[in-house]
Amino acid sequence: MNGDYLAELSGVHKRYGNTIALDGLDLQVRRGELLAVLGPNGAGKTTAISLLLGLQQPDSGSVSLFGQSPKRVEARRPIGVMMQEVALAEELRVREQIDLVASYYPNPLTPDAVLEMIHATPLAGRPYGKLSAGQKRQAQFAVALCGRPKLLFLDEPTVGLDVQARAMMWETLRQLVRDGASIVLTTHYIEEAEALADRVVVLAKGRVIASGTVNEMRALITRKHISCATSVTVDSIESWPGVEIVIRDRERLHITASNAEAVTRQLLNADSDLQELEVHRAGLADAFTELTQEVAP
Amino acid sequence: MSSQTLSFDFPNTAMPRGKLLRTYLTEAKYESVRALRAPAFAIPFLLLPIALYVLFGILLAGSVSHGDASISRIMFVNFSVFGVMGPGMFGFGAFVATERTQGLLTLKRALPMPKASYLLAKMVMTMLFSVMIMATLVIAAMAFAHTRLSISQFLAVAGIDILGSLPFCAIGLMIGTLASGKSAPAFVNLAYLPMMHLGGLFYPLPKSVQRIEFASPAFYLDKLGLRAVGAPSLDQLSMGAPTVHGGVAPMIYVFILAVVTPAFAALSIRRLQGGNVRRAVARD
Repeated sequence: MNGDYLAELSGVHKRYGNTIALDGLDLQVRRGELLAVLGPNGAGKTTAISLLLGLQQPDSGSVSLFGQSPKRVEARRPIGVMMQEVALAEELRVREQIDLVASYYPNPLTPDAVLEMIHATPLAGRPYGKLSAGQKRQAQFAVALCGRPKLLFLDEPTVGLDVQARAMMWETLRQLVRDGASIVLTTHYIEEAEALADRVVVLAKGRVIASGTVNEMRALITRKHISCATSVTVDSIESWPGVEIVIRDRERLHITASNAEAVTRQLLNADSDLQELEVHRAGLADAFTELTQEVAP
Repeated sequence: MSSQTLSFDFPNTAMPRGKLLRTYLTEAKYESVRALRAPAFAIPFLLLPIALYVLFGILLAGSVSHGDASISRIMFVNFSVFGVMGPGMFGFGAFVATERTQGLLTLKRALPMPKASYLLAKMVMTMLFSVMIMATLVIAAMAFAHTRLSISQFLAVAGIDILGSLPFCAIGLMIGTLASGKSAPAFVNLAYLPMMHLGGLFYPLPKSVQRIEFASPAFYLDKLGLRAVGAPSLDQLSMGAPTVHGGVAPMIYVFILAVVTPAFAALSIRRLQGGNVRRAVARD
């Protein structure tokens, strides 16, 4: 194993019948990073994570977790896992769920310490079956953290959380990374990846179509957004070179353009009373949409 | 962030033997706790055997048998088999199916849970239920039935049936790996009820169809219990054989039950290990 990689998929192929789930996928998780794995439905995200967790075997290629096969329980001892669509035992209290999973690890945190860490102490004595959807996610998060993982796998961790609980979970994740943990995050919330990720990998059709920091991903696309209050008509702006989309929202115009500087200059020339000019570059969501559209059938 | 200081520098992932033992014990403890707390599981399986035994095996059978110890013994043994079948089949069948379809099993397979821990915990839970069920049946039999059995004979039947719950665990496990969480109880009943009735536990089968008993593991377990207390089966009694007669050596019964258990368990474990493929495709 390369010492910098905690987990690695190399040239992995996986198919189910006629469906190709992974098509020669290479993916590395580096020490101390929060890696966001993005991709449209069917891109191969879940399959890739399942392979890293030892839940499935690749048809070809290699999978390693801490330098070993993830099928080995020793390889999985440094990891914590939070999956989507998991129902923990309804009859057990949150503290008991954590105590149970903590027993799988050599040096776990106590249930009370984990709950305090994620600001969920009041849940300790509640039966899991009586929790709200958001509280269940918090209990699952606590279960994922109780073994002091070096590498955390989180699948859509903030689905169902209210704004405050989500902010708290983000803060905990940032703290974990500062403390030296690595995190693999699969999410549909692009803004979550944008806020948290050190590195983003975009999958489509079982391959990596782009990877890099959030800024590098944004820079992959040249398009920018311009908005302003102007009397220039939508029709005339649409005919300008480089202009892709123009939308009027009352007196404000929203323009998406590939050459924002030239369009802005032209706008200022055309309307000397132009006000409230804003130019900002595309976000990760734009990059994601553009990248995945390119490989769409 | 709280004051909790985190350190993730634990390069050694080896698990000392004492801690590994604690993992198995913790899993078994919580499996038992949750089963005892699940009213749909604990109430029927703990109360039904003793209630039916007292009603039919002691009061009703006692009123027609006029103090015949053979009948009392048959009733005790047969209700014991009935008692231990349920937790094994439903505990494995329904719980495994639910945990499989609701993702808990997948999560546990991804976590560093020792492989055997999951099934061993369910086995301990089942046996705990079997111990409790046998305790209630033995106490009721000693207090109210005319079995004229010694304590060691009671203990022998209890021991046979507690161990004898294992084949039913294995059959339940097989159903648990095949059925969905919602359909599992129905499928378990489809196996449980015929096995119980065709095993000749509650009434003698007509001679023409008696051979069907050989297909039911309950029949073999029942035979072993009856042997231990020196009583005939209901079939034998109905044919006018008031005492146990020669027949097949008990080791054959033990052998059959001992083969059923690993056979079903091995098939089921194979299915469990490759069991999440369809889930992944559906979700990806």
